[in-house]
Amino acid sequence: MNVPVHLRPDETFVLNLGPQHPATHGVLRVKLTMDGEYIVHAEPVLGYIHRMHEKLAEAGTFAQFMPNTARMDYLHALAFNHGWALVVEKAAGIEVPERAEYIRVITVELNRIASHLLWWAAFLLDLGGFTPLLYAFDDREQIIDLLERVTGSRLTYCYMRFGGVCNDIDDEFVAGTRAFIQRLRGRLPRIYHDLVTHNIILIKRIKDIGFVSAEQCRRYGATGPVARGSGISYDVRKNEPYSVYPEFDFDIPVFPEGDSMARYMVRMHEIEQSLRIIEQALDKLPGGPVLGKVPKMLKPEAGYSYSAVETARGSLGHRLVCDGGKNPYKLKLRSPTFSNLSLYGEVAEGMLLADALAFMGSLDLVIPEIDR
Amino acid sequence: MDLTETTRTALAALFSGEAASTTPVAGDDAPEAAAEPAPFGISEPDPVRTGTWLEVRCRPDQVVEAARILDDQGFFLESIAGVDWPDSGQMEVLYDYNRLGGTTCRVLVRARVTRDEPVLPTISHVFPAADWHERETFDFYGVRFEGHANLIRILLPEDADFHPLRKDYQP
Repeated sequence: MNVPVHLRPDETFVLNLGPQHPATHGVLRVKLTMDGEYIVHAEPVLGYIHRMHEKLAEAGTFAQFMPNTARMDYLHALAFNHGWALVVEKAAGIEVPERAEYIRVITVELNRIASHLLWWAAFLLDLGGFTPLLYAFDDREQIIDLLERVTGSRLTYCYMRFGGVCNDIDDEFVAGTRAFIQRLRGRLPRIYHDLVTHNIILIKRIKDIGFVSAEQCRRYGATGPVARGSGISYDVRKNEPYSVYPEFDFDIPVFPEGDSMARYMVRMHEIEQSLRIIEQALDKLPGGPVLGKVPKMLKPEAGYSYSAVETARGSLGHRLVCDGGKNPYKLKLRSPTFSNLSLYGEVAEGMLLADALAFMGSLDLVIPEIDR
Repeated sequence: MDLTETTRTALAALFSGEAASTTPVAGDDAPEAAAEPAPFGISEPDPVRTGTWLEVRCRPDQVVEAARILDDQGFFLESIAGVDWPDSGQMEVLYDYNRLGGTTCRVLVRARVTRDEPVLPTISHVFPAADWHERETFDFYGVRFEGHANLIRILLPEDADFHPLRKDYQP
């Protein structure tokens, strides 16, 4: 028992991180080859929560797959709802009433803020700060209550339908959302930035650490806040506009530094931009129906289609192949963190273990979305 | 010249040696290629309906060259997907490329191989992003990517002996 281990100066050892480790936020496993406290080689091992959603898509009809979409990225489930609705509407040529698209944007953006708040809380928890979680969950709870009113669920939403959404929003939702915008705008600088962003301990932990270059993002296909934290201005909402996003005035926060701090700042600024979008959408909200006329059984024409949406973690793509039948013939889900995580091994090489965990947190991983 | 045109011109090098888009080139390993009536070549589908700006149909041995051309043009690899076509005895691999910023120009590269012996060259040395996507396609379809440094299962258990997205898979 407890025999001291003596390593030769050049000797490495293998350290197994996960699949049950609090810092991996789920069941991600990383096989690390270590030289003392430094990482020589890091290899993520995936699949611990793989549920074969692509096979389930082929097994059911188009509409039957909608509840599955929310179970991949459970933190930004409405964006996955939206992506699936859009690709099927594109393939089947379904028109969506304008009011429905506005409601989709409002709810997706509220969900994006909730996702960023939860990331913020969990990331700081990784770094050893417990208190911020209590503030973030307080605000996130407001969003979840609002979304529960219209969608009927709190986390795994199945709110969207082909041709619209299943419930209209009411005056109480609009008033509640406006109050929330005001509340968060007041709390962001006071609580989030004064207490945490400018905190010297946080800055020392994440500034100039976990450097990802723009070229690395391109070679590995990293998108979302990871790419935007490396100076790449790529956001599907702007670059390949969908839904009614072109109607709103908002910016894409881009930070060129490429370190964990840059990715942190991107997400914090995105919260403000999402608030701007929601505010404009509420101001312009048109009347009318929220669900168009859609045949009960969809049979899109045979062919290939692709549709991308911007989730809180990056570009989500659906590559859909139809054969004219009532089931999808093939669905490939291009989930953003699958690609974002693939650069982990290259970047973590030579890092201190503690820094590599902070870097992992800054990627904002949601494991069920990687494993699908 | 806009981006789609520039990319199309660059990709035309793939078919410069042959009478492109008129004579289908019979692959040595595709005896039942008749099921795919369209010839090899580049086409421009409707981006609004298909989400694809350029579609390239090529032989399996051309996917590396296509990846190199798109790498030079500053594209990134969005995803790799397999499609099983048991009726024609073929397995198809779809490569999606896009621009990271600026104008969107999604390029779909399609290549078909026989179903019994699905082998394609790897593009993971051109795009490291392909590493995991190729492993996933191998995992789900049993498509082998020749030259891949670590072609092992990625999402299914390591001792699985089946490829669940093949249409004839019975659980």
